[in-house]
Amino acid sequence: MKITILDYGAGNVPSVERALQRLGVESHRTASPDCISKAEALLLPGVGHYSALVRALDEKHLRTPLLDALRRGVPFLGICLGLQVLFESSDEAPQLQGLNLLAGTVSALPPGVKLPHMGWNQIEKKRESSLLSGIDAGAYFYFAHSYAALDSNNIAATCSHGAEFAAVIEQRNVFAVQFHPEKSGDSGARVLQNFLGLAA
Amino acid sequence: MSLAHRIIPCLDTDGERVVKGVNFLGLRDAGDPVALAARYNAEGADELVLLDIAASRDRRPTYLETIRRVAAELSIPLTAGGGVRTLEDGRAAVRAGADKVTVNTAAVKRPALISELSREFGAQAVVLAIDAKRAGNHWDVMVRGGRESASRDALEWARMGVAAGAGEILLTSVDRDGTQSGFDVTLTAAISSAVTVPVIASGGAKSPGHFVEIFRDGAADAALAASIFHDSVQSIRTLKEFLASSGVEVRFPC
Repeated sequence: MKITILDYGAGNVPSVERALQRLGVESHRTASPDCISKAEALLLPGVGHYSALVRALDEKHLRTPLLDALRRGVPFLGICLGLQVLFESSDEAPQLQGLNLLAGTVSALPPGVKLPHMGWNQIEKKRESSLLSGIDAGAYFYFAHSYAALDSNNIAATCSHGAEFAAVIEQRNVFAVQFHPEKSGDSGARVLQNFLGLAA
Repeated sequence: MSLAHRIIPCLDTDGERVVKGVNFLGLRDAGDPVALAARYNAEGADELVLLDIAASRDRRPTYLETIRRVAAELSIPLTAGGGVRTLEDGRAAVRAGADKVTVNTAAVKRPALISELSREFGAQAVVLAIDAKRAGNHWDVMVRGGRESASRDALEWARMGVAAGAGEILLTSVDRDGTQSGFDVTLTAAISSAVTVPVIASGGAKSPGHFVEIFRDGAADAALAASIFHDSVQSIRTLKEFLASSGVEVRFPC
């Protein structure tokens, strides 16, 4: 199986590629609607500004093929912004529409804590999670973000920094994590491995 | 359950090799950055900083091949810098595998550099390095590797940098750097309470007690050190065990 990385120009694409390489999996990056339509499994990494991702999806005509693939049941893993874009919209760019696949919106983490939420944090499992299979309860993951999904259904695990937010989302073939598995050492590698297992 | 305090080894390089020396004088070889990066990644470092300290001196851009080779070894975040003067330099570092870019002298000269990088990569990818030196009852910002005063107040510059889009501050005490007498707790606490972003404390670390102090009293979110890790004066794992036993939350790799 080959993983298709949706490359809209995000900085963390090389890190994700390297992490997949270490797991012995072939990946290729693309920004072509046609390649996304034909993908066996999709990965959407994202860092930076929400608007950069949403604008790229529209300018490169990726929104429709991506949504079609998700509805067809193609396994999908969204990372960081790749999680946030699944919702209706984000306060980071309220005028733009997200993929609207999940109910709810993305909001700024509340003031009173250091922002961005940057560094290693633990997560709390809310229900059985295939993505977190084999991962210890106390495991740490690397986060780097200022916005988050504060209320959502489909939450498999949450994290807390000023407020509780969605750290892991699972809905049938759609998986998403707010942290960066490609930067989260062995626990992150395990999450990627679990996704590859689910996608196979 | 809360955010762990980060331990960050720093690799100062002349482009290709890790070097050691105080104030750029008597630089001597301290090893291969790729081998050290792999070791720290395995030992439980939370991030790695790679600084090409000769780039500014030699007026050349940061050495990308070393970023590439170091990034390939890591499953933790990498911050790279030294010689990042333009948005294009920042792009090149990110393309080579850096998750964050650190800027110092060039940002003091032209603060818009911070905003440009932040707009393109997000605030979480822009680390403003501030070298601060006590001057009477405040701290002066120093540039050019800590040798020259920028005649600017460090607290004010930190606030300005964050307003411009820096997502993190890498704060080095020029007074403490190389002394091994402990981090500058007063300086770090002052900067940490002046800004809303995480602060990485640097300069002066030797003993595990210094790290407890900077997290507990200096309100640092992360602590950075170089030679004590390179020379194996301090192993990251033993340091973290000491921190945990002192009630400081840290991450242990599984």
